[in-house]
Amino acid sequence: MSIRTYFLLGAVGLFSVFAAPHRSIAQTAGANTLVIATTQVPRHFNGAVQSGLATAMPSAQIFASPLRYDENWNPQPYLAQSWEVAPDGLSVTLHLVKNALFHDGQPVTSEDVAFSVMAIKANHPFQTMLEAVDKVDTPDPFTAIIRLSHPNPALLLAMSPALMPILPKHVYGDGQDLKTHPANLKPVGSGPFKLTEYKQGEYYTLEKFDKFFIPGRPKLDKIVVRIVSDQNAALVSLERGDVNALPFVTGVRDIERLEKAPNIFVTNKGFAGVGPLNWLAFNTRKKPLDDVRVRQAIAYTANRDFIVSKLMGGKAVPATGPIAPGSPLDENDVETYKVDYVKAAALLDAAGYPKGGDGSRFSLTIDYLPGADEQQRNVAEYLRSQLKRVGINLEVRAAPDFPTWAQRVSNYDFDLTMDTVFNWGDPVIGVNRTYLSSNIRKGIIWSNTQQYSNPKVDELLQAAAVETSPEKRKALYSEFQKIVVADVPIYFINATPYYNAFSKGLAGLPTSIWGVMSPLDEVYWETPPKT
Amino acid sequence: MAFAIHLVRQIANAVALLLAVLVLNFCLIHLAPGDPVQVIAGEMGGASADVVAALRAKYGLDHSLAEQLFTYLGNIAHGDFGYSYYFNEPVLGLIAQRLPATLYLTLCALVMSVIIGTLLGITSARRPNGIFSHTVTVFSLAGYAAPIFWTGLLLLLLFGSVWPILPVVGMTDVVHPKQGFSYIVDVARHLVLPALTLALVFIAQYSRLARVNMIEALSADYIRTARAKGLPEWLVIGKHALRNTLIPIVTVVGLQFGNLFAGAVLVETVFSWPGMGRLVFDSILRRDYPTLMAVLFFSAMMVMAANIVTDIVYRLIDPRIRTGRP
Repeated sequence: MSIRTYFLLGAVGLFSVFAAPHRSIAQTAGANTLVIATTQVPRHFNGAVQSGLATAMPSAQIFASPLRYDENWNPQPYLAQSWEVAPDGLSVTLHLVKNALFHDGQPVTSEDVAFSVMAIKANHPFQTMLEAVDKVDTPDPFTAIIRLSHPNPALLLAMSPALMPILPKHVYGDGQDLKTHPANLKPVGSGPFKLTEYKQGEYYTLEKFDKFFIPGRPKLDKIVVRIVSDQNAALVSLERGDVNALPFVTGVRDIERLEKAPNIFVTNKGFAGVGPLNWLAFNTRKKPLDDVRVRQAIAYTANRDFIVSKLMGGKAVPATGPIAPGSPLDENDVETYKVDYVKAAALLDAAGYPKGGDGSRFSLTIDYLPGADEQQRNVAEYLRSQLKRVGINLEVRAAPDFPTWAQRVSNYDFDLTMDTVFNWGDPVIGVNRTYLSSNIRKGIIWSNTQQYSNPKVDELLQAAAVETSPEKRKALYSEFQKIVVADVPIYFINATPYYNAFSKGLAGLPTSIWGVMSPLDEVYWETPPKT
Repeated sequence: MAFAIHLVRQIANAVALLLAVLVLNFCLIHLAPGDPVQVIAGEMGGASADVVAALRAKYGLDHSLAEQLFTYLGNIAHGDFGYSYYFNEPVLGLIAQRLPATLYLTLCALVMSVIIGTLLGITSARRPNGIFSHTVTVFSLAGYAAPIFWTGLLLLLLFGSVWPILPVVGMTDVVHPKQGFSYIVDVARHLVLPALTLALVFIAQYSRLARVNMIEALSADYIRTARAKGLPEWLVIGKHALRNTLIPIVTVVGLQFGNLFAGAVLVETVFSWPGMGRLVFDSILRRDYPTLMAVLFFSAMMVMAANIVTDIVYRLIDPRIRTGRP
């Protein structure tokens, strides 16, 4: 054979090896494996000391919590088979299941619950969440009584998997700093899945815990979470079946593209707990925005309906106040600022900013959170042309990355900024921080960076934070929402359209208020993927 | 002897340059707005002032910049590159995990681009006005002009969606890990698109370079002499012309090593290739100072090593440099 023939054969061989029809990973993975793609990189897996979506998703699989929630905001038994809140609201008694084991075979006891609650209070970034907890009594191995200094109506919600993972005291109670504990990367929990492998920044594997305390669960044998740095690659991987689930999809075009894919099911259920809001924030201590009439004028000009229906392709739900739509505490009876240019112009005139000879009144800048163009940059660009109608010149300032934007906003070096902020289930956890005057803290992002201060709002939020009657609490929050919307430290635009995408054939999907940040123990393949 | 002295001098220069790189990188990174604590607080969905203050104290960010720099240099002198703020791991461990993937990607892209680029250049030089030559010229200009990330996205869509024959994410099949020869084939399949993306730009450059130099070499007197002696054409090109054509290519290869790493940052991000380039990308976005500085330090070291190796190879190829003759 000549050299040319050898070369030809070699080339054909190589081509057949590399370009053989690609069998997708998920197609070869077996009927009981779920492959999830995510762009989120977890710092570690311990949700007791780290909040955020990246850690909460795996943490909820690895660790069980006292309670879990359904999609209607009702608490459900989990590690606690029953619970009682004292009439005075100063204690909550948890009765634990007796058959729960940690992944290392040790039983879950009230000592572990007590240790975890106090550890979370000391280390979790949401300091208001368990601020009322004084101590946890453990009268017997399966009863834990959480004692409070004052009532905390958010406490039951704080017992969700995303917020209160129960840690094994015999592993984490060795005196090491919990934030850097080695077990954060090699966690031991009592949840439905145990972590068997983590390739830093590349993937992690969760395998079924055979001794999980709920019989017959989890239904899957394995979950592989593949960390994909590029959203386009994640979308292509889902479309061709390499992965079976892609959570936290927020791009409108991405959502529409996935909705059209024949093998994919897309849902926006599972984010009520997160309560993500997209808004326009004002620096209320900077002229001319220190005048409420100027802020109201901008609100009357912004045109929420156009933004939601056109810029977001109808995929987003309009938001009119500080509590996300879908929350039982959301108040709809607030000023909605329907577009009204005449009223806006009158407000600006009254505020002492008449139109000049060139038709303009004043100039402002607008920043936006980088990385979510459709929710942020596009709206900022649109507002530039919109505000021009009433004589406000708006300059859009891009930030190359999150730290640059955060530096500007947290140090009050901004006029207007687009932002996305989460409610985290209860106002005490995720809403109060934006409006309490005591939380105006320079340098801290997602504190009260608007520097908004209203004593009545402070009073209402403090009262609602300890009010145990649901009706009275709702009334307090209703009044709070009406005042904030009228004061316009923020112009609320929409609930950020988060979607989860799954391969068709999957069932038992996570549609509770915490979505994929709750245990995936009920997910299974109704129609197994092709092999 | 002269070569040994030259080599020692080059290594001494490299050490001084590395120190400068360390200080410069430190200053540049700290000039960027924001800090890692804001990123950590951001990814937590917000954090209290106490948590932020505790994090700043923990990472030594509450000290002055000069103090931080001296502490950092002192630690480096003891071989301590620090702890990643973001990944919660010692930085050296992170780099040790990622370095092989980047070396694999960049070296494959380099070899691919040098061989293909040179072959294309040489072939087109034989008939500079032929169709093949013009095709290569157009291809080279397009390849050189296209941004790497754009080429990557196009290849990703082409081979991931339109003609889905190759994996588009990661380095291995993570669901069914392979062993032995299957593992090699698996990694090679995952490598095709990232390596091709990275190589395309450099193929374009090398083909242009090889073409120009081969045209020049083929018109030289010694080639005319070789042909007059009756040597076969492949020997004229392969032995006489090619050697002279390779000298500028080898020089450029050494100089391009840094660009190759820069390209790897984008390619690794598009294809989720778990290498140092992606680590750089993640570290910049998260202001993970220790990781970023260590990666830049080791990248600088590799570029310098590549330059020294180029210098040595250059001497092997060009006898005039080896013997000191003009």
